[in-house]
Amino acid sequence: MNYLKELESEAIYVIREVAAQFENAAILFSCGKDSITIAHLASKAFFPAAVPFPLVHIDTGHNFPEVLEFRDAFVKEIGVQLIVGSVQEAIDKGEITEQAGRYASRNMLQTHVLLKSIEQYGFDACIGGARRDEEKARAKERFFSVRNDFGQWDVKRQRPELFDMLNGKIHKGENVRVFPISNWTELDVWNYLKEERLAIPSIYYAHSRPTFLRDALIWPISDFVPLVTGETADVRQVRFRTVGDMSCSAAIESGASTIDQIIYEIENAQTSERGARIDDKWSEAAMELRKVQGYF
Amino acid sequence: MKEVLRIATTGNVDDGKSTLIGRLLYETHSLPADKVEDLVRASKRRGFNSPDFSLLTDGLLAEREQGITIDVAHVYFQTTKRKFIVADTPGHEQYTRNMVTGASTSSVALILVDARNGSLLQTYRHFLISHILELSTVIVCINKMDLVGYDEKRYLQVVDSLSSFAQRLGFPSSRLVFLPLSASSGDNVTSLSRNTPWYKGKSLLELLETIEVPGAGDTLPFRFSVQLILRSKLPEYHDYRGYAGKIASGNIRVGDKVTILPSHITTTVSGIDVYGREIESAQAEEMVSIHLEKDLDLSRGDMIVNESQLPTVSRTVEARLCWLHERPAKVRSRYLLQHGVRRVYARIDTIRSVIHPESLEALQNAGTLSLNDIGDVSITTGIELFYDPYRRNKANGAFIIIDEATNDTVAVGFMSSTK
Repeated sequence: MNYLKELESEAIYVIREVAAQFENAAILFSCGKDSITIAHLASKAFFPAAVPFPLVHIDTGHNFPEVLEFRDAFVKEIGVQLIVGSVQEAIDKGEITEQAGRYASRNMLQTHVLLKSIEQYGFDACIGGARRDEEKARAKERFFSVRNDFGQWDVKRQRPELFDMLNGKIHKGENVRVFPISNWTELDVWNYLKEERLAIPSIYYAHSRPTFLRDALIWPISDFVPLVTGETADVRQVRFRTVGDMSCSAAIESGASTIDQIIYEIENAQTSERGARIDDKWSEAAMELRKVQGYF
Repeated sequence: MKEVLRIATTGNVDDGKSTLIGRLLYETHSLPADKVEDLVRASKRRGFNSPDFSLLTDGLLAEREQGITIDVAHVYFQTTKRKFIVADTPGHEQYTRNMVTGASTSSVALILVDARNGSLLQTYRHFLISHILELSTVIVCINKMDLVGYDEKRYLQVVDSLSSFAQRLGFPSSRLVFLPLSASSGDNVTSLSRNTPWYKGKSLLELLETIEVPGAGDTLPFRFSVQLILRSKLPEYHDYRGYAGKIASGNIRVGDKVTILPSHITTTVSGIDVYGREIESAQAEEMVSIHLEKDLDLSRGDMIVNESQLPTVSRTVEARLCWLHERPAKVRSRYLLQHGVRRVYARIDTIRSVIHPESLEALQNAGTLSLNDIGDVSITTGIELFYDPYRRNKANGAFIIIDEATNDTVAVGFMSSTK
């Protein structure tokens, strides 16, 4: 079997197990290429039946406008319910406090809203597009990752996963994070997007954008990150390799405007996919610490 | 399309598994510049002048704190010849369950041995588990050769002890390879080293690029578990009823006669589709939806099999179990048993023997199985299972045991031939 088909089969098998083993599951949808891949795999997994899960977007309010536009069109096309958990609303209600300082970001605040949404809707499983090749803590994830009633990941007590047999049994209050594309690499995702001719937000492709330099990274100009003395706005030819908030996703300089050019660029890249993620640069274990708290 | 080889690194704690993976990634240029910088920075912070390759896969704080691997890290890399998926598994006895997790989806085990210490209990246990899992090749890497002065005699001593172990185990020598190595100084990892002129074999990378990748079980009897039953509300699919799942083994063609289990009703395959696209035939490992001529009542976990080659249909199972949980096995109490997607109640009636991982002696009437014990048991289930012996059909011969009190997966089992 062709390797991409093998990965597709594995992911679809996992997604179907979610439908079979849980009562109230959801797809966590950031509108990035990985969650678009997941939503597409889900529509294949149940065809011709409808996808039995809603999409849940944890909206920080710091989105790229192009991405929100894409989200709404995408949801309409695949005909799945969209649930939005708003970080802004939680801030307005005083549940969480905006970070201060030059590196203020709403990335950490998402965890609160995510956990609240899980509780409010009573989700017992949340499907995400995280991949093991992205980051060293994510490399340790299982397909079915059990979280306790605080949403926490306990890395020392992960269930063994033997062959393809998935154990999704949980106690009330616990939930499971499910990662069907665990074994895909960044390049596998791009090759799959190409093969399946899937549309993705325009910011993945090269475009002109006002940007500024901070800590050797190219930040997009936005209302959410004020420039400080010495920083200047410049228009650059860039694209984004990951889609997060405007306050935590840095751009890379690129002329890649087609999917083939992007694939070529990644094959020859000198930096890793999350090398332009500001939220991963906070510390050596930034991802693990966030996951322990309940992050994606 | 390149072939994919799935590898698990195993062996005792501190024998250099993570370092070897890091070295392989580094020397195959699989690391982007920023990851190398991160590695150098993290190594310096720990007072090392040269990069500590184990930091590449030991990504968890607790792992870096103790310098050990706790859970499996999955690593992906490729050369011009092949793609590799590596499960870097822990050597620590406490985390053997994570080693089994990583090895269960691999076809090759790299067993690392520290040349100074030779084989230890965990080395034997991991070899035994690789044997039970029927991995297609075991490569024993005798590591840290630099610390024994690249001494051939020492190398041969370790080779001898493990060769005789393999013989006692019944592991065929044609699937066993030995090589001398130093992961930290890079000897024989991606190219042959001048330090071991007496070694006439291939470097590790060359071995990995050339050993045979086992095929799917296309030639075995047809086995298909129903994962989901797909129906649709769309008017054009009004009469659609697809039994969706993965072909565990064998192949299927429209018009084939099949038997449904547990009902034993025989019918004909009237159609096969893959996510809505109709096809004529399909084979092992493919995800398909099968349509049947007769209108039958099938549920998740029922099995569609070849009419003339039925599996064992029984409520009793003889199996070899690896116990993976701190709470020991309780004879005669109720567990859940999951075989593929079929989940049933089960009871361990007797633990016939427990196998010592080094001497391979079978201790009779052990009474229980504790964490990391491997033993032979008899099980009775609430309703029938449809299985084949693991040695004949891997995809239809293994199961897990779930403890209802904790919901944890507490054991993995391998069906034996019925007596």
